[in-house]
Amino acid sequence: MTGDWGLRPSHTFSQDVLAEIRRAANTGVYSIRGFGAKRQLPNFDDLVFLGASMSRYPLEGYREACGTDVVLGARHASEPIQIDIPVTIAGMSFGSLSANAKEALGRGASAAGTSTTTGDGGMTDEERSHSTKLVYQYLPSRYGMNPDDLRRADAIEVVVGQGAKPGGGGMLMGQKISARVASMRNLPEGIDQRSACRHPDWTGPDDLEIKIQELREITGWRKPIYVKIGAARPYYDTALAVKAGADVVVVDGMQGGTAATQDVFIEHVGIPTLAAVPEAVRALKELAMHRTVQLVVAGGIRSGADVAKALALGADAVSIGTAALVAIGDNDPELDAEYRALGSAAGYWDQYQAGNDPAGITTQDPDLAGRLDPVLAGRRLANYLKVLTLEAQTLARACGKSHIHNLEPHDMAALTVEAAAMAGVPLAGTSWVPGRRD
Amino acid sequence: MKVLDLGTSSLREVNSVLQTATTGEFVVSNPQGAHALGCGLDAPVTLRVEGPVGYYCGGMNQQANVLVDGNAGTGLAENIMSGTVTVTGNAGQSAGATGHGGLVVVQGNASARCGISMKGVDIVVGGDVGHMSAFMAQAGALIVLGDAGADLGDSIYEAQLFVRGSTTSLGADCVEKEVRPEHLDFLAVRLADAEMDANPADFSRYGSARMLYNFHPDDVNAVEAAR
Ligand SMILES: Cc1cc2nc3c(=O)[nH]c(=O)nc-3n(C[C@H](O)[C@H](O)[C@H](O)COP(=O)(O)O)c2cc1C
Repeated sequence: MTGDWGLRPSHTFSQDVLAEIRRAANTGVYSIRGFGAKRQLPNFDDLVFLGASMSRYPLEGYREACGTDVVLGARHASEPIQIDIPVTIAGMSFGSLSANAKEALGRGASAAGTSTTTGDGGMTDEERSHSTKLVYQYLPSRYGMNPDDLRRADAIEVVVGQGAKPGGGGMLMGQKISARVASMRNLPEGIDQRSACRHPDWTGPDDLEIKIQELREITGWRKPIYVKIGAARPYYDTALAVKAGADVVVVDGMQGGTAATQDVFIEHVGIPTLAAVPEAVRALKELAMHRTVQLVVAGGIRSGADVAKALALGADAVSIGTAALVAIGDNDPELDAEYRALGSAAGYWDQYQAGNDPAGITTQDPDLAGRLDPVLAGRRLANYLKVLTLEAQTLARACGKSHIHNLEPHDMAALTVEAAAMAGVPLAGTSWVPGRRD
Repeated sequence: MKVLDLGTSSLREVNSVLQTATTGEFVVSNPQGAHALGCGLDAPVTLRVEGPVGYYCGGMNQQANVLVDGNAGTGLAENIMSGTVTVTGNAGQSAGATGHGGLVVVQGNASARCGISMKGVDIVVGGDVGHMSAFMAQAGALIVLGDAGADLGDSIYEAQLFVRGSTTSLGADCVEKEVRPEHLDFLAVRLADAEMDANPADFSRYGSARMLYNFHPDDVNAVEAAR
């Protein structure tokens, strides 16, 4: 038997909690970090696919056709985005990421036949030229916003919120505000940038409708318009985004990654991705807009299983941030000694805001950024995207689907009561969906 | 001069004529408060709108010279890059919001949030501006011949604010600053551009105290270690 009464840990005052109290007492400033929520949350691991059985006929796991193509934005745009796989790269700004990292994302996404997205800091020529399909974010800060980039984008994403911080604005710490980043954002070099959390020229869904009309008028009604919301009230927000004229709704759950946000915000605001998807789908279905307005889901997507489960709940595609960064080299065990020298370790590094990333990804330091080979990193990302797709396909085939969009909630069961209630699928081995009356 | 009648043509038709023109003079009649009129122009054309417009008139303007003979709704000339957008009447909220360059002139009053997040545009308002004007204003100048409402220049960066009348209150990190000769010269030029008759010497100048530019963490441990 082990155990020592003298070393009895407290669940309330755990080592993490004690460390944070000491950090706060030393600095007088809240903790700002990158990455996503670190606490345990109900997630897609709490769902399983049922596979085929007597009443379901599977498809051969590797060769039989199982479509993965997605069209985004055909509701109003004359040039919708067509992607080959149901996984896109989420918006991450040049500024938060190095130019090499942005190039790697563009190369990987393009090779895999999917889109990438700008971020809170405008569009760079590098990312435009390396991305065959580029979504241009329209954020409250409007850093670097201009009509030329609007016209050379393939789609426009109006960002209302982000899963890591619904209700919060962007942040970029002074260490990362290099001369180039500062000039793209019209800000003084080296300041701790805190972007606006509200759009400057519209408030609420009625205004947003007019804003979207303006964006369409400027781009000749060609480009799809996405609306990205942080998962908080996904049922109402999705319905209002549709009402405002969105072609695509992006719902980002609370696990969603960030370049820099207050820890208290990351861990305590918003609802998990798993809980948000069915609510967004319910809104789309009630409006008879499911599959007409596409739903893109983000926040903690890691594997083809996550992709397939999000799609089975009704999403049209998913979007990844953190996983894409890991694929190109973030938190690589080979850099462990360097992470340790910075007071962290490979697998734990979340100091994206600090600008001293040994992997050369979340930095503006030319020497560090130079460590990332965009060609090699792009190839890694393309491979990873391929695996996500193969995995999702294999699961879809096991459920007898010739297109991943044919996956449905009935193909799944939940392992926990929470997941059953949130996802609206029965607890495994029962026909019980907590909270469902019928 | 070409007349485009919004009473008989759709907004899309009118905007596409304006957006594809490379030069020339245009008049839009019967605007009836249309939204997004004359947005996304990108050529040295001249546009005169005969009557009131809705939201985002002249939005993201490049090079064009837009004149609204009437009032304008929310977001007049939002994100303007260059050129000039003028209204003879009043402007609604967020006039000149996030503008990167060019000149916006409001001959009457401008409502709340005038010049919010401005990034290089110059805005001249003949009357008053509402509350929260020049919120998070980054660059450019807001020149107000009348009074400014509450919380002027809240969280301001490097934009310059000039007010001839009173200010109800200044927002976080916004302070009054000395008016130096270069400011008088600048005011004289921009007032002339806006065809406003005012004496530069009558204006007060406001800008950032730059106290909120960075977090200021303590480091008690370091102080102790150094003892
Ligand atoms: C480094 C980094 C930078 C980000 N920058 C932005 C941004 O500029 N705009 C935005 O809407 N979301 C931003 N996000 C959030 C992503 O777009 C996306 O919502 C999130 O990463 C999805 O969750 P995941 O990281 O778990 O995949 C950023 C995320 C990361 C990790």
